[in-house]
Amino acid sequence: MRHRITPEENCEAVAAFERDTLTPLVMSAGLEPADLKEMYGRMRLIREFDTAVKELWKQDFIYGLAHSYVCAEAIAVGACAALREGDYITSTHRGHGHTIAKGGEPRRMMAELMGRAPGYNKGKGGSMHIAAVDMGMLGATGIVGSAMPIAVGSALTAKTLGRDYVTVCFHGDGATNQGVWHESINLAAAWELPVIFLCENNQWAISMPYEQAVKNPSVADRAVGYGIPGVTVDGFNAIAVHDAVAEAAERARAGGGPTLIEARFYRWIGHFVADDEAYRDPDCNDRWEQFDPIDRLGGFLRESGVADQAWLDEAGETALARVEDAIAFAKAAPEPELDTLYDGLYSEAFMAQQGIGR
Amino acid sequence: MTATPAAEVQTRRMNVKRAINETLREEMQRDPTIIILGCDVGVRGNPFGVTKGLYQEFGAERVLDTPISEAAIVGSSLGAAATGLRPIAEVLFSDWITIGMDQLVNQIAKIRYMFGGAISVPLVIRAPVGAGGGQAAQHSQSFENWFSAVPGLQVVMPSTPADVKGLLRTAIRSDDPVLFFEHKRGYEIKGQVPVEEYTIPFGLADIVRQGNDVTVVAISIMRHKAMAAAEALAAEGIECEVIDPRTIYPLDYDTVLTSVEKTGRLVVVHEANRRSNIGGEIVSQVVERGFGLLAEPPRIVAGLDVPMPYNRALETLVIPDEARITQAIRGAVGR
Repeated sequence: MRHRITPEENCEAVAAFERDTLTPLVMSAGLEPADLKEMYGRMRLIREFDTAVKELWKQDFIYGLAHSYVCAEAIAVGACAALREGDYITSTHRGHGHTIAKGGEPRRMMAELMGRAPGYNKGKGGSMHIAAVDMGMLGATGIVGSAMPIAVGSALTAKTLGRDYVTVCFHGDGATNQGVWHESINLAAAWELPVIFLCENNQWAISMPYEQAVKNPSVADRAVGYGIPGVTVDGFNAIAVHDAVAEAAERARAGGGPTLIEARFYRWIGHFVADDEAYRDPDCNDRWEQFDPIDRLGGFLRESGVADQAWLDEAGETALARVEDAIAFAKAAPEPELDTLYDGLYSEAFMAQQGIGR
Repeated sequence: MTATPAAEVQTRRMNVKRAINETLREEMQRDPTIIILGCDVGVRGNPFGVTKGLYQEFGAERVLDTPISEAAIVGSSLGAAATGLRPIAEVLFSDWITIGMDQLVNQIAKIRYMFGGAISVPLVIRAPVGAGGGQAAQHSQSFENWFSAVPGLQVVMPSTPADVKGLLRTAIRSDDPVLFFEHKRGYEIKGQVPVEEYTIPFGLADIVRQGNDVTVVAISIMRHKAMAAAEALAAEGIECEVIDPRTIYPLDYDTVLTSVEKTGRLVVVHEANRRSNIGGEIVSQVVERGFGLLAEPPRIVAGLDVPMPYNRALETLVIPDEARITQAIRGAVGR
């Protein structure tokens, strides 16, 4: 039954993570130094973007709900670094990181978060539905687990039309206890579809700790039940995530079907921008920040000679400047015209035929 | 586009089941991006025989037998539609759409809009509706009002072979999601179907019978029961104008109002239970837009507000029949 996690239990969880999941960053055969630097830059961009989002929300520039990707950067960036142009991803309610990792434009993202006309969704979606379809990012969704079958359908298209793209289905640990999670993975497994189910196990489904939501706290174990490979990876390690996704993508493209990857980490920030986090002790979070994925990748780049501290600092400044530019762009951008209210409800031909919005 | 076929058009006689099957086959021959997926649609050819032969003709890649996983069937259709296929998903009984409801209502209906028009969702969900076979509470329902209440969806509910063919073709070619409801008691209904390819636009009602005394709007197979009642009443000199809207959203209120302008009386007939249903919506539209046209209060003949009972006599009590329709029409005309 549900109980509040004690500081002692949290210490045990940190120790278990260090023992069982934490893996050192090592050079990957699939990543050139330039790739690693690009990954680092994108992780910094996500961090700066979502740090700014929280402030903008407090200042009322962002209207509705917003869920931050801070501390999860290694997962979206590591995964997308293993993808090609033409590959698809589906997202969660925490989609800013996925969008940036897949190549989304911060200006259009920030404009969408502020509900402006040049935003990705023309001001109709906001944070929870942000979509960069032209980049293969099939949209964020406000309902936990709901993108699972959408990713399966995307993979079905690839198989049916003989295309060699893969689809990565990002989802959280909360999604694993929705019925559609099971239906989707089973269907993809039965049909050997080219999809990668990437579970971002941040250990919290809003205020529910994962180990109290399930009897077996391993998501990857469930893969056995579907007859597909299941792996657990250090979710604070961008290179490890990259390697796991690269292997799964190669298998999927070769007709080997889906893989379930559990990227374990910990959400040391609130569930959403205004979460009071009354469900846990603050020192729980502090103990997890030692695994900060940006610090870890930065340290690795320095130690391996890929980049020096000056380059890392410059990457941070570049990221901050891009976010500041995006904020300025969004603040200056026009609101949608009120007569666009019905636009996009149906295809244009049907709207015209029925006179919708006239 | 053509509307209901005129008499001089060359036709063939067939039943609704055959009309669906032929349309699916012809459209799949025309467009290689069309796939069919659902429980029992492939090797078995659907329990009603609706998809018979398609698996053999188009293969397992285009006619996909699925596990019993409605959320995955409906949701994966969305993912496929968003990335280049035109899926036709089948839910074996419309009652089970409830299992895929999040995908249908929160995703399929909204994705184009909430993504600012960036994604098209060209998909059809076919599902048998209706009662009359002793299938009790979980295999007998008609939910057309639920889905017509959701902006972003289209709801189609024809009951003649010619309408089925023209409207299913429009549904398959639509770039927006369509719920295509087939009445289980309507599969064997026969009629003439044009030989030439044709489509019927959504939102165009069929005036099945002209009359000056009362407008009878009848949905799905209630069209046939209403016609039987109308023909019998004609012998007494009561002339009904029977209208089959054929599509629930969009619904052709102009045709209904034009008729009410002539008759001053309105009876709406549907099998779905009365409470908060489409009959109330039709009446409200007519009252709002044409209150002055009405000489009498509108009447609704609908299923009774209970889960469908199993027993034959109890089931018969729930479903509107010719007698109840006749009684309502008599009430409306005061004879």
